[in-house]
Amino acid sequence: MSFRPLLVTLLAAAVATAGCAGNTSRDVLLVSAAASLTDAFNGIALAFEADHTGVDVQLNFAGSSSLREQVLGGAPADVVATANPDTMAPLVDADLTTSDPLVFARNRMAVAVPSGNLAGVSGLEDLADPTLLIGLCDEAVPCGSLARAILLRAGITAAIDTNEPDVRSLLTKLEADELDAGIVYITDVIATGDGIEGIAIADAINLATDYPIAALRSASDPQAAEEFVDFVLSTRGRDILARHGFELP
Amino acid sequence: MTGPVRRTTRPPALVLVLAALGLAVFVVPLLGLIARVPWSRLPELLAGDVVGDALRLSLLTSIAATVISALIGVPLAWVLARMEFRGKSLVRGLVLLPLVLPPVVGGAALLFALGRRGIVGGPLNDLTGIVLPFSTGGVVLAATFVAMPFLVITVEGALRNLDARFEGAAATLGASRWRVLFRVTLPMILPSLAAGLALTWARALGEFGATITFAGNLQSRTQTLPLAVFVALENDRDTAIALSLLMVVVSLGVLIGLRDRWWRSW
Repeated sequence: MSFRPLLVTLLAAAVATAGCAGNTSRDVLLVSAAASLTDAFNGIALAFEADHTGVDVQLNFAGSSSLREQVLGGAPADVVATANPDTMAPLVDADLTTSDPLVFARNRMAVAVPSGNLAGVSGLEDLADPTLLIGLCDEAVPCGSLARAILLRAGITAAIDTNEPDVRSLLTKLEADELDAGIVYITDVIATGDGIEGIAIADAINLATDYPIAALRSASDPQAAEEFVDFVLSTRGRDILARHGFELP
Repeated sequence: MTGPVRRTTRPPALVLVLAALGLAVFVVPLLGLIARVPWSRLPELLAGDVVGDALRLSLLTSIAATVISALIGVPLAWVLARMEFRGKSLVRGLVLLPLVLPPVVGGAALLFALGRRGIVGGPLNDLTGIVLPFSTGGVVLAATFVAMPFLVITVEGALRNLDARFEGAAATLGASRWRVLFRVTLPMILPSLAAGLALTWARALGEFGATITFAGNLQSRTQTLPLAVFVALENDRDTAIALSLLMVVVSLGVLIGLRDRWWRSW
């Protein structure tokens, strides 16, 4: 058996992959962000690209715990922003971030109902009603752990019908009027516009979550990654975050 | 291996190399999974109530989806194989669509059609009070949607290859149409039917995207094994790996078990 074909194949594959890496590393900035940041980070990415011609920001949105697993598993990313410090901590512990994460935004929760509120939900206590269809985020993601902590503080046992993998899929089902109520971020109520209505949770019971951001050591362009983090923390970044309903630290 | 002896020629080395690469695509991920299995904790991990609930629900819903597929998919295959009508290729395309459609799209489509505000689900809810999303019935429906095409194409192929003269002879001898169907047609395609059912069941067992989109995720009601794996991956990786291993073993067992039928029917 001749090994030449094997060598040729391997060489061709090596050249092909090297070519890809060379072409993309200079231009693309991969930002992995929590699903609840979807609208705000789309706006920030556009503003950042306008300032940094030649940098193409690609956004990867998922539940924070998915992001954590992706980055721990070696998925390429230059910047990571999660919806709570707990999902960021393992990345710091694994020495994957270039410096300590910085908190850039804060979010609170609200009860969300489909527009029209046909089920007549009036507040947190209605989540205990077994005749209603109630959805929360899964407890593995920050919006799910926060929702559970709030329910615990309020002494309410929710009659949960589904634990959605991230806040966006929960919102989709609320907007489609397939669920009667859920607990989502205040920013989501603002972002979803007409699709859902928000019902405030009393300040004494409501909880906030801090969003940390960090550049990763594995960044293909460390300078662009740092610049993106700085941009999120800058006045312009803060303006965009505030416009989407985030509180600023 | 029985059957006629085939002449084998030694393929060029490049073919072997490429074939090895092709095999590696399937084998490497499995090795990655097996390398991470926490063997010593495996029994303890698999004994958890989340695993038990998910396994029970997965078996129940995948078997239910297979039975439903047999009841309505075999007649559909018969129509496609035996009847000529306008728009048949469109019908066949629609039947095969779930094979290529991302399951999450199928789940969203099911939600918009059969959700309580959907075009069919709305009236269904008004008339009967039945709400399919977030119910075990919804899991069965999602699994049926993605898995039934496997049964339809397998059985349709077998019916087309069946020599119609056997059925003609039975009819000539006075057998009723039902009798022909149950005593001649179905027994003759039995191997393909069995293969199709096994594939349908395996696909239903592995269903994820349509299920989580349409039926949601709640332990012991809608959280099947694949959903439990997905959720566990985020907060309990060892359990996720143990569950994944369980699924690989079950699925591989089915596929190896039906190997002979699979080869013969295709």
